[in-house]
Amino acid sequence: MTILDVTNPVEPFLRTDRMPHIWCPGCGIGTTVNCFARALIESKIDLQSLALVSGIGCTGRVAGYVKLDSFHTTHGRAIPFATGLKLANPKLNVIVYSGDGDLSAIGGNHLIHAARRNIDLKVICVNNLIYAMTGGQTAPTTPGHAITSTSPYGTCEPAFNLPHLVEAAGAVYVARWTTFHVKQLARSIGEAFQKKGFSFIEVISPCPTLYQRRNKLGDGLDTMKYYKEKSKVKHGAPTSEVGLTMTGEIIVGKFVDRDRPDYQSLLHAQMVESLGESYVEPSETVCSCS
Amino acid sequence: MVERCKACGFCVEFCPTKVLALSSAFNSKGYHPPHVVAPEKCSGCDLCGMYCPDFAIYGQRLPVAKEAAPARTAAATNLEVARES
Repeated sequence: MTILDVTNPVEPFLRTDRMPHIWCPGCGIGTTVNCFARALIESKIDLQSLALVSGIGCTGRVAGYVKLDSFHTTHGRAIPFATGLKLANPKLNVIVYSGDGDLSAIGGNHLIHAARRNIDLKVICVNNLIYAMTGGQTAPTTPGHAITSTSPYGTCEPAFNLPHLVEAAGAVYVARWTTFHVKQLARSIGEAFQKKGFSFIEVISPCPTLYQRRNKLGDGLDTMKYYKEKSKVKHGAPTSEVGLTMTGEIIVGKFVDRDRPDYQSLLHAQMVESLGESYVEPSETVCSCS
Repeated sequence: MVERCKACGFCVEFCPTKVLALSSAFNSKGYHPPHVVAPEKCSGCDLCGMYCPDFAIYGQRLPVAKEAAPARTAAATNLEVARES
């Protein structure tokens, strides 16, 4: 074969000087970033209008690997930071890219309130069912009976069903895919860009080093095969029925797609109602570094 | 690109036409990167590229050369590029 003058299409979206990344062999976070980059290519979105915010954890590292305006916040505070970013500069497309531990445990409060206010954020939550970076402790998303470093006899706690949680709190777009569903995930991210309001995409991802190893579920590839075999696409499925178990069926698909006024339109309407003609829209914040 | 590979095997397993296999060669980190075993089967669908968590491989459809009689698409993985350059 001849030497080809071609480069990887996702390369322009990555800080290649930081590769290879720190994620373990068989971890699915890289695959989700790959799908995210392809969604950016497909949607032809202006990269200058994008800002990506991550919290702490394995998925939190995404902010350091993408060649976008990005910020790696303190633990659990990705959504509050992103909220401020969006309110100060409403023209930005703000993406929150973080893990289940960061978003639903320490940042759980922010997650439900951002969904309640319907702040125009695109949240991509990579759910590996465990606190991976800190050594594999039980997370709020760990399914029942799973063995973790803090539950050596199996966890007895019921787990969060994240699509159900954010739907109940008020999100306008809720989808779930696994790292096996790469095309669907990329399409879903593209759809979320079109929505105005709080969009939430959960991506189930393997953690071969901590979750799969301790539970004797094989490696990353075995988990991908399990996703292929046991996942069922059910668009519009009631989110109350999509809870996860350790080895059972995984319901994936687009569960919620609805419209509701977002925070900024509500704020504007309220101010106009109260102040009438005297209300002056705040001027746009201009970044001094541009 | 070969150096980024961590041999997770996603590209090999999920290639729809089974173009790839893990090679017996090592990269500098000690992993076995995949190599192309059946280039003629590659449709350039780029599914390997979408699955790769390490951004180490991708497929691309190439324009078919005029003199090439069978209108086939060619395999273009960066592994190939890196191996030959």
